[in-house]
Amino acid sequence: MSAHTHVEGHLPHEPEKATLEGRNKILGFWLFLGGETVLFGTLFAAFLALRHQVLDGPAPNELFDLKLVAYATAILLTSSLTSVFAIQAMHQHKVKSLINWLIITVVLGAGFLALEIYEFVHYLHLGHGFTTSAFSSSFYTLVGFHGAHVLFGILWITLLIIQLAKKGLTVVTAPKVYVAGMYWHFIDVVWVFIFTVVYLMGKVV
Amino acid sequence: MDWLTTVDHKKIGILYLIAGGFFFLVGGLEAILIRIQLWKPQNDFVGADTYNELLTMHGTTMIFLAAMPVIFALMNAVIPLQIGARDVAFPFVNSLGFWTFLFGGILLNVSWIVGDVPDAGWTAYAPLAGSTYSNDHGMDYYVLGLQIAGIGTLIGGINFLVTIINMRAPGMTFMRMPMFTWSAFITSALILFAFPALTVGLAALMFDRLFEANFFDPSAGGNAVLWEHIFWIFGHPEVYILILPAFGIISEVISTFSRKRLFGYSSMVFATILIGFLGFMVWAHHMFTTGLGPVANALFSIATMLIAVPTGIKIFNWLFTMWGGSISFKSPNLFAVGFIPTFVMGGVTGVMLAAAPADFQYHDSYFVVAHFHYVIVGGLVLGLFSGVHYWWPKMFGRILNEGLAQLTFWTFFIGFHLTFFVQHFLGLMGMPRRIWQYLDGLGFNEMNLISTIGALLMGLGTIIFLINVVVTSVKPKNAPADPWEDGRTLEWTIPSPPPEYNFAQTPLVRGYDAYWKEKQDGHSGMTPAEPLGPIHMPSPSILPFFMGLGFFIAGFGFMYAPDWGHFLGTDLTVGHAIGIVGLLMVLICMLLRSVIDDHGFHIEEDEIKRDLGGKA
Ligand code: HEM
Ligand SMILES: [Cu+2]
Repeated sequence: MSAHTHVEGHLPHEPEKATLEGRNKILGFWLFLGGETVLFGTLFAAFLALRHQVLDGPAPNELFDLKLVAYATAILLTSSLTSVFAIQAMHQHKVKSLINWLIITVVLGAGFLALEIYEFVHYLHLGHGFTTSAFSSSFYTLVGFHGAHVLFGILWITLLIIQLAKKGLTVVTAPKVYVAGMYWHFIDVVWVFIFTVVYLMGKVV
Repeated sequence: MDWLTTVDHKKIGILYLIAGGFFFLVGGLEAILIRIQLWKPQNDFVGADTYNELLTMHGTTMIFLAAMPVIFALMNAVIPLQIGARDVAFPFVNSLGFWTFLFGGILLNVSWIVGDVPDAGWTAYAPLAGSTYSNDHGMDYYVLGLQIAGIGTLIGGINFLVTIINMRAPGMTFMRMPMFTWSAFITSALILFAFPALTVGLAALMFDRLFEANFFDPSAGGNAVLWEHIFWIFGHPEVYILILPAFGIISEVISTFSRKRLFGYSSMVFATILIGFLGFMVWAHHMFTTGLGPVANALFSIATMLIAVPTGIKIFNWLFTMWGGSISFKSPNLFAVGFIPTFVMGGVTGVMLAAAPADFQYHDSYFVVAHFHYVIVGGLVLGLFSGVHYWWPKMFGRILNEGLAQLTFWTFFIGFHLTFFVQHFLGLMGMPRRIWQYLDGLGFNEMNLISTIGALLMGLGTIIFLINVVVTSVKPKNAPADPWEDGRTLEWTIPSPPPEYNFAQTPLVRGYDAYWKEKQDGHSGMTPAEPLGPIHMPSPSILPFFMGLGFFIAGFGFMYAPDWGHFLGTDLTVGHAIGIVGLLMVLICMLLRSVIDDHGFHIEEDEIKRDLGGKA
């Protein structure tokens, strides 16, 4: 209702929560992340149930290249930090620096994705295909679902950057940025679990 | 055209009602064909394969495409009105939810036209549903159709949650919220936490079927019991997703037609929350005979029986609400009162089934069929009939013909008990479920015949209801704002059908049963919480329709990818190409949605004043 009134005047400190639409979006997104938690929880459960079924394929401890995964992890965690800087810039109404931090976040996300693709190709050469075993199917599904989320996030934030460049920071664009930031953190948290449950536990047992 | 682009929750409610009602007829027809097949021993009416298909499609259609959408119809039509809101939180998403459900449902039923129909039961147990045993496209339709329809349900649930949390009128605290809104709230929460599990299960099954993954294939290390866990951790909450809204409807109707405040309102609220919570803790009671072992069976058995406590609280509260009330048995209340003993019977057999050792006897017999139909038909469908008759005047501005409504009730009610009561005994005598024939001389004949007659009678009741709808729709719109004259909640304070903006002025809520309270205080309507002014509305959009269509095309393409030839000599098949086109269509719509600004439009003050008839 009041979407237009604020735009010309000055933005409030937290522009993302200035309108009912904005607050609805943020709450709706929290709930959506609740559903995503169940989604990943189910994928983790399936992976845990099947991870010892390697058949003739390579076992996790022969397969995983922890150094590569550690690099990927570091890159993704850094991108979470840069997305925090983006939100801080938004709260100070510095559009330019907001856009720059978002660009850095996207670049880091793309770096992570590139490493992951490299990793998958590498495993494929080691005889770890999607159809090799129940372990391999559940591995690629879980990690791949996460990768697809990263890809979606990259596209989404890129679109937001274009919007911000065109329309600037308003009470309409601010909630979108905020919500994308939440999404990005969520992806990061899921990755931390994947790193622990898939890779570290895979190396140990 | 107007209907394809609408984002108005009341119109979307009507769309859900029409589509859900249509699928009810399809599922009902399938049920009647099943019952005709079983009316005498060794009947050869449809054949074994067709029987399996009918059975699978009946269960799947009834649960996902009939019951859920009609519940969504009532939730859409009523919730914003009951909480004093102008709209739902995300009107665009609301319409997207409808179209994805509809296109998912159509995709599922295209299988009948193509001739490859799902046939592994609505539970799609692995490995039966895998490509080894179901090697035509039947189960692909199941997997993709449900996946697409499920997206619609999930976003619908989120929409209702946000609407109820953020958009209540001033004074409408949580503990003043009508019971139907409460039950919709808990139902939506269950949807949010149950459906993603189904999403994963269906995706894994799809990978197994289309891309040779090994989740559920034991010969490649997969685990068939894993499917059961994933399915039922969704499937059991699903049962409560269905029944809680019915509880909500019954609470509203009984209180209105007894002219009394709902007895034990706060205990009703907490019972609803508790049922929702326990609903997640009991999924393995569907798996007692799977071999989980005595400890797991004992725990799930006890957890299941615990649900009887909050449910019992509800039953007694309804009885105490009627106690000493001035009860009127108009059709909505007739259905509501018929609901109570029927549902109790379903609950009693539920406790019997929850005793794990006893379940080894009942399992996969007609006793189970009788039990869940007492709950779903005797509970949910009677509840939906009650709600549809109750809110019909609000949705359409016309009161259903009372004589025909009473006739619907009696034929349906008697038909229902004829059909399913005898099935308890068929089950106890050892008739297994999911069989297409039985032998003569086992003592099953008479009861199966009775059951079939009952099913036909239920069909008759449904036809009478349809006649009522037609008869009613030709008469003029003449329903007053408060057609039952004892309306207690906010939806009865505004005209029937409501204007696009629902409330000319947001009402100020001063207590539970907001409208009733004002009536008691001698006021004729609600006190407004805001001055009269222009109202901002979202603009209609065709994008949700095309997004649903995009999903449909994508599902269809991927399903046939293995059969159709290669695309320009690449690894890609024509099917993949079509699938990708469908997904691109969805993405482009999302892109358009995000770049085109929707400023909506305003309804001006004079127009609202005109609606109010120059008063105000
Ligand atoms: C209205 C009249 C109805 C009749 C006459 C009817 C009849 C039947 C029959 C004969 C079966 C087969 C049982 C077996 O062989 O295992 C069946 C199964 C089933 N019905 Fe109904 N039904 C009706 C309504 C409903 C409704 C409203 C729902 C749900 C909302 C429903 C849900 C199911 C389910 C889930 C199954 C199990 C399918 C399976 O085992 O895969 N039914 N029904
Ligand atoms: Cu259950």
